Amino acid sequence: MSFFRRYAQNIGALIGLAILAVVVFVALAAPILYPGSPWQGVAEPLLPPFEDPAYPLGTDLLGRDIAAGIAYGARVSLLIGIISTAVAVVIGVAIGALAGFYGGRVDDMLMRFTEFFQTIPAFAMAVVLVAIFSPNITSITLAIAVVSWPPVARLVRGEFLSLRSREFVQAAVVVGQTGPRIMATQILPNAISPIIVTASLMVATAILTESSLSFLGLGDRNMMSWGFMIGAARTMLREAWWLSVFPGLAILITVLAINLIGEGLNDAMNPHLRGRKG
Amino acid sequence: MKTLEFLIQRLVKAVIVVLGVVILNFLLIQLAPGDPASVLAGEAGAGDEQFIAQLRAQFGLDQPVYVQLWSYLQNILSGDLGYSYRNQVPVAQLIMERLPATLLLTGSAFIFSLILGVVLGVLAAYKRGSFGDSLIMTGALIFYATPLFWVALMAVLVFSIHLDLLPPFDMETIGANYTGWARVVDIAHHLVLPTVTLGLFFTAVYTRLTRASMLEVMNLDFVKTARAKGVPKGRIIRRHVLRNAILPVFTFASVQAGQLVGGAVLTETVFAWPGIGRLMFDALMQRDYPVLLGVFLVTAIVVVLVNLVTDLLYRFVDPRIETAR
Amino acid sequence: MNATTPLLQVENLSIELPAGLDRKYAVENLSYTLNAGEILCVVGESGSGKSMTANAIMGLLPSYLKPSSGRILLKGRDLLAMSEAELARERGRTVSMIFQEPLSALNPLMTVGDQIAEVMLVHGEGDAASREQRVLELLDYVGLPDPASLRHSYPFRLSGGQRQRVMIAMALALEPAMLIADEPTTALDVTTQAQILDLIRRIQRAKGMGVLFITHDFGVVADIADKVVVMEKGLVVEQGTADEVLNRPKHPYTRRLIAAVPHPDENATRADADGDVLLEVRGLRKTYRSGGGLFTRPRIVKAVDDVSFTLRRGETLGVVGESGSGKSTLGRCILKLTDVDGGQILYRGKDIVPLSQAAFRPLRRHLQMVFQDPFASLNPRQTIGRILTDGPVANGMPLAEAEKKARELLSLVGLDPSAYDRYPHEFSGGQRQRVGIARALALDPELLVADESVSALDVSVQAQVLDLLQDLQKKLNIAVIFITHDLRVAAEVCDKIAVMYRGAIVEFGPPGEVFNAPRHAYTQQLIAAIPGRHWNPRAAVA
Repeated sequence: MSFFRRYAQNIGALIGLAILAVVVFVALAAPILYPGSPWQGVAEPLLPPFEDPAYPLGTDLLGRDIAAGIAYGARVSLLIGIISTAVAVVIGVAIGALAGFYGGRVDDMLMRFTEFFQTIPAFAMAVVLVAIFSPNITSITLAIAVVSWPPVARLVRGEFLSLRSREFVQAAVVVGQTGPRIMATQILPNAISPIIVTASLMVATAILTESSLSFLGLGDRNMMSWGFMIGAARTMLREAWWLSVFPGLAILITVLAINLIGEGLNDAMNPHLRGRKG
Repeated sequence: MKTLEFLIQRLVKAVIVVLGVVILNFLLIQLAPGDPASVLAGEAGAGDEQFIAQLRAQFGLDQPVYVQLWSYLQNILSGDLGYSYRNQVPVAQLIMERLPATLLLTGSAFIFSLILGVVLGVLAAYKRGSFGDSLIMTGALIFYATPLFWVALMAVLVFSIHLDLLPPFDMETIGANYTGWARVVDIAHHLVLPTVTLGLFFTAVYTRLTRASMLEVMNLDFVKTARAKGVPKGRIIRRHVLRNAILPVFTFASVQAGQLVGGAVLTETVFAWPGIGRLMFDALMQRDYPVLLGVFLVTAIVVVLVNLVTDLLYRFVDPRIETAR
Repeated sequence: MNATTPLLQVENLSIELPAGLDRKYAVENLSYTLNAGEILCVVGESGSGKSMTANAIMGLLPSYLKPSSGRILLKGRDLLAMSEAELARERGRTVSMIFQEPLSALNPLMTVGDQIAEVMLVHGEGDAASREQRVLELLDYVGLPDPASLRHSYPFRLSGGQRQRVMIAMALALEPAMLIADEPTTALDVTTQAQILDLIRRIQRAKGMGVLFITHDFGVVADIADKVVVMEKGLVVEQGTADEVLNRPKHPYTRRLIAAVPHPDENATRADADGDVLLEVRGLRKTYRSGGGLFTRPRIVKAVDDVSFTLRRGETLGVVGESGSGKSTLGRCILKLTDVDGGQILYRGKDIVPLSQAAFRPLRRHLQMVFQDPFASLNPRQTIGRILTDGPVANGMPLAEAEKKARELLSLVGLDPSAYDRYPHEFSGGQRQRVGIARALALDPELLVADESVSALDVSVQAQVLDLLQDLQKKLNIAVIFITHDLRVAAEVCDKIAVMYRGAIVEFGPPGEVFNAPRHAYTQQLIAAIPGRHWNPRAAVA
């Protein structure tokens, strides 16, 4: 069975894909759907949702359109989620591959380093990094990447360690292939599916982390984000619930969709691990 | 006995990790633009260079970095964590005032999420494919995807604002001055929402992990042996599957214990919980670096201790460990 | 049960496979009978469905497999009609089972004594004290040393043979009328296998049990069977008494299997190879260290201990030994897949031990290897073509030339040239092993190290691959180091045999000499342990 057919068998994964497609569309189309700045007040303040069809999700204290904020927030969430994950995966794969393939002292050193990073509470570390390097989209992305690579490194190391002793890798040594070539052409292609699955789940975690940072006021001041909207609306919880409910739902749905996709990828890529129903 | 050797090895490692955390954070803070002296001076409205230089000299900030680091390390070893620029009290005192609140919060969230997660995971695996399984796993999927701070806000919205069941802020009723049991009950009452909101995400993690681990163990050969012996299903789950499946969950939970502190920053912010998570955040915003460093030091020690205790427990539970290393 | 009711009757049993597989039934219309006091061997190659019947009897089939017709009568009662609870009462009490892999078949977190006692506990037998007493008796009965302390051991502390003895003790706890043994010695060394077979036979006689013994090895069948059922692709092709099936096989499939059983021609003499000396190993040593910490000494294992031999062009040297004898480590040392602690390896007079990996790489093409596991030795993500051309390309051959050569090699090893663009998972084990051989030959090596290269294959396929190897060796005049645990196979294909024991070569000579006049006690033990030694498969199908 082809990969796509196996993936399509998982209904949750298809739903996830559909939701993510909508989120991506909204993110891309935000400037067309809402041509003005999302920071600009456009209607009377604190308009409740579902009353004015022009502002279906209501407005905030300054009369800003919640729906516009959510559309622009999708851009930040996806952008930071994807880029920070890409950076983390590159760091993690590099460290994990070297440790797993060469073993011995290299492995010891790199893994001590990785364990050390895992001891530090990830979110607290991200908060410190962002605060120290002043909050902007680059520092947020890098901070999330810096705290998320250790699990990738450990995963890749484990894969490389077990694949390294597999016979086809030994065979590549015996026919005279060089170390870097063996890593790139023999081992990595066989380790790629768990990496992809982990990466997809990491995008979800990165979006959660970004929203938490901006909730604390450590977001990029120039970009509207879901976490910021909730953080700003916190004191108005009693008076205007919609200010925090809708952005929160946006985060929940997006992260849920990505997790569903990750699980679908996992099932499709490791068919033998999938539990049989019954 | 090898346990002693193990303990010494792990203690050495723990000390190195803690030291590493301190040094890393110390250097990180040096990279920050603007130092406490200029912040303090700025707030005092006195922007002149001479005053700032005087403040710097007072706090030792005019020394080279390695000298500052060295004297900081020496101070730590003698139990002196420095002096809070902002609160005008010793850092150690500040942290000790706040630490119990955080330990209470993270400890109860840890226990809550571990117990609930394991129970739900076992149930889901046992009733695999049933409606109950789907329900549990859907719940886990949703809470795995929900931002912690938002759960906290929604819980306040529902349980405090609308239902008025639980207090939304603080650790105890301000001004009530309860003592004895009344105080315990009051704190417990305040503890419910923060614990549950902090714990739900981790409950989801442990539920998924436990279920996966159970299903994996159920496929192992010795479970087939147990069936071939005529052991009934309930006993197979309890005696053979559970013990083997739960070890990886505990290991993961202990490694993740530190992450609760990160979550505590958010929870304490929402619930105005007087713990060190909030203390850390405020110190960071106010560039009160000795406090920040102290909080990181204390957290690192707690996390390392938790891991150490788990590893020791593990050696008693799993007979294979001793020879495996 | 009256005297005429057999212990076990399997009647027209069919088990349907899920749709979409290459055949409809896992087993089809299976019928056989086992009487008390009898050993019935079900023998077949992988995929014959032989284990399926055992699992069906115990009700241990995976949930997607359901018997679709037939009956399994145990003392006249149909097991297939029983509920799970009824079945659970019979398991362990009337019929017990032992498995292939004794390590994974035991719970790693439970002491062996507790696991044995559990059988009695769940069947409500005795009280704690009497069960404890019985555990010690059983451990002693299956020949385990010091039951009182062994009882508190965890499975990982025991050797493979000891674990299988624990499994047997567990199976015997309630003195069941019937024992199912599913390849119980396949994971064990030959000498251990002989002991376990002996134990099973002894117990069976003493208790008058009926034993259903599943195996792929005709040698084992010859040693213990009273009756034999031969299965192929889910069907019974032949059954009868051991004498009938082993010595006068009728069905062509049985005859083919028996003909493929490796059996040394003890009188064959081989001409001494007179080619140039290709490889000379002098005083080779390799030790493994494990554990060790601040206060403890590391455990040191001498994997290869002062090994010396010479190998000429066109010669085949068999290296025979049990697991842990160092035979595979020796092969890995010669190919520099692992570091060496001392000694010399002279390839064409040049010592390769001191060479760095980079300096040795240009020489690698002359020394090639065929691996053990046909499933693990080919990269699942590469086409056969890529697998075959990677080596020559790494050694500087232009891709077009390498491609041409790869296609030639495919026909040389008896594969269709269309295999070039296909992936490993499209091939059977035997075909993959042919690809593995082609990969080694792609570099025109002078020496081939074959590490257990046929042991993962079914006998009939094994015979074909051995033929191919011998053929190619003659054609290309290469030297072969043939590493195997199976003395029979080594004797069949090698010019000289080196028997390894605890890292050292304890016996060296031509196969006839080693077989007929073994000098070292270990070699004698090894030869005595060969299953089916007194049975001549060649005579049966002559």
